[in-house]
Amino acid sequence: MFVLVDCNNFYASCERVFQPKWESKPVVILSNNDGCVIARSNEAKALNIPMGAPAFKYKQQFKQQGVKVFSSNYPLYGDMSNRVMTILEKYTPNLEIYSIDEAFLQFKGFDLFNLEQEGQRMRKQVRKWTGIPVSVGIAPTKALAKIANKIAKKFVNRTQGVYAIDTEKKRIKALQWTKIGDVWGVGRKHKIRLEAIGVCNALQFTQLPDAWVRKHMSVLGLRLKKDLSGVSSIQLEEIIPMKKGIATTRSFEGTITQFSDLEERISTFATSCAEKMRKQRSSCNALLVFVRSDPHKKGGFPYQNSCVLPLPYATNSSILLSKHAVTGLQKIFKKGVHYKKAGVMIMGLIPTEKRQLSIFQNNNNKHLTLMQSVDRIHKRFGPHRIKLANQDLNRTWKMKQEHLSQRFTTELNEIITIK
Amino acid sequence: MKSEKLVFYRPNREYHKKMHWVQEGISAGFPSPADDFKELRISIDQEVVSNEEATFYARVSGESMQGAGLDDGDLLVIDRSLEPIDNKIAVCFIDGEFTVKRLKVTKDEVLLIPENPKYQSIKVTEENELIIWGVVTYVVKKL
Repeated sequence: MFVLVDCNNFYASCERVFQPKWESKPVVILSNNDGCVIARSNEAKALNIPMGAPAFKYKQQFKQQGVKVFSSNYPLYGDMSNRVMTILEKYTPNLEIYSIDEAFLQFKGFDLFNLEQEGQRMRKQVRKWTGIPVSVGIAPTKALAKIANKIAKKFVNRTQGVYAIDTEKKRIKALQWTKIGDVWGVGRKHKIRLEAIGVCNALQFTQLPDAWVRKHMSVLGLRLKKDLSGVSSIQLEEIIPMKKGIATTRSFEGTITQFSDLEERISTFATSCAEKMRKQRSSCNALLVFVRSDPHKKGGFPYQNSCVLPLPYATNSSILLSKHAVTGLQKIFKKGVHYKKAGVMIMGLIPTEKRQLSIFQNNNNKHLTLMQSVDRIHKRFGPHRIKLANQDLNRTWKMKQEHLSQRFTTELNEIITIK
Repeated sequence: MKSEKLVFYRPNREYHKKMHWVQEGISAGFPSPADDFKELRISIDQEVVSNEEATFYARVSGESMQGAGLDDGDLLVIDRSLEPIDNKIAVCFIDGEFTVKRLKVTKDEVLLIPENPKYQSIKVTEENELIIWGVVTYVVKKL
């Protein structure tokens, strides 16, 4: 069985843990330089504030409707994510961190076990320990777990945040309910093609002939069909590009102790994240690097740590990401630890076109010219020259972050004060 | 002496961090036998943090809990995983503000008790919005 644990409105929830007065009020989080909206609370979604809404255009509306605006605080989100994942890891050794705010847990040989009850336990524990609300979807395959999670979240009053697709009847009902465009891995192109032949929900998709699916949607599409039919075909650590966040994480066969070996892995993970982003034409605003020792091995020094690196501007350049990822690794690498798992996650994903928008509509001219120069150098001399920009950026480039909350969990002089 | 064989490296000013692993990169000579016996230094975390994922820190402002040894500017270690039972000192969020008080939980009511005669107890009623945020486990004090 697969269990998908997904944090509800993760960025907004992180902010609310330390500023509970914004609980049940509309909250939005802005991208780097306070450009556009990258995350919304349910209340903000209800006000029809779209993803990617340019902050300056909505300033008036935010004020009138009492929307609390936050600049993105990636160090905070990264640390909170690490806490959530570490708690989840205690439930199973087979955990795949799928993005900053969601993870697949695989349970083998737990058939006699009431997984729904276990899901409730996870949900309560994560909420109590970290303050982050999560939803839990349980099903025999990953694609179905994704749908189960959506149901758990959508009908939270009836499901208590946990839903299992564990009977054929439930599976059919869930697939009927799922619009084809909402199926995991079905992009806009496929959606149009499928709707054109009358396939509007996930159930209809599973009734298509294999040959058609293979012809129009390749082997991956066929595997998706099987997965939705209840035959597990998409395994852990297999990644379909997605919109919200991308992670590349691996468990090593043995353990790694040398910095240089780990550096190579981390750099490769970062490059792979960048490739995935370019494929779906998006850029990220920050990245997170994490390492951990084997939690299930007796003896040895237990260690796990993560570090978030906000990027000076949204990017999907392999070189820039790899460089930042290695810088992050340097911060958290500890000698004498046997590393079992490491990964790179990207945060604050926005469409690359949106990034352009926020650059050129940024009212700070200094940023504008700097960015244009970076792009020109990139174009003219090839991507390796981006290093030059990188060095400058660390020193002189200050982000616009007018609504930034404190780094409550990673900076001692920014913790909460209590009367 | 062939001076052209010397290679000069300029310091990389980009990194301000200490890079501990460098010392092991030098492979001249034979490795120090002491390396095998290296222990990690004592960290105060070992003592005060029993549940890393649920531990948060906060700074005290004010004197309402002076009697319990919580002075202005002290650092609090908060464990969210612990149950907020009667008599524990807890960080609470009440009516839009964080506060640290001793919990008095009875069958009928919840009281937030300060430990300073100059301050009044807060009786939590249905009108109050109360979140018991976490239980205080340690106080770090600068002398």
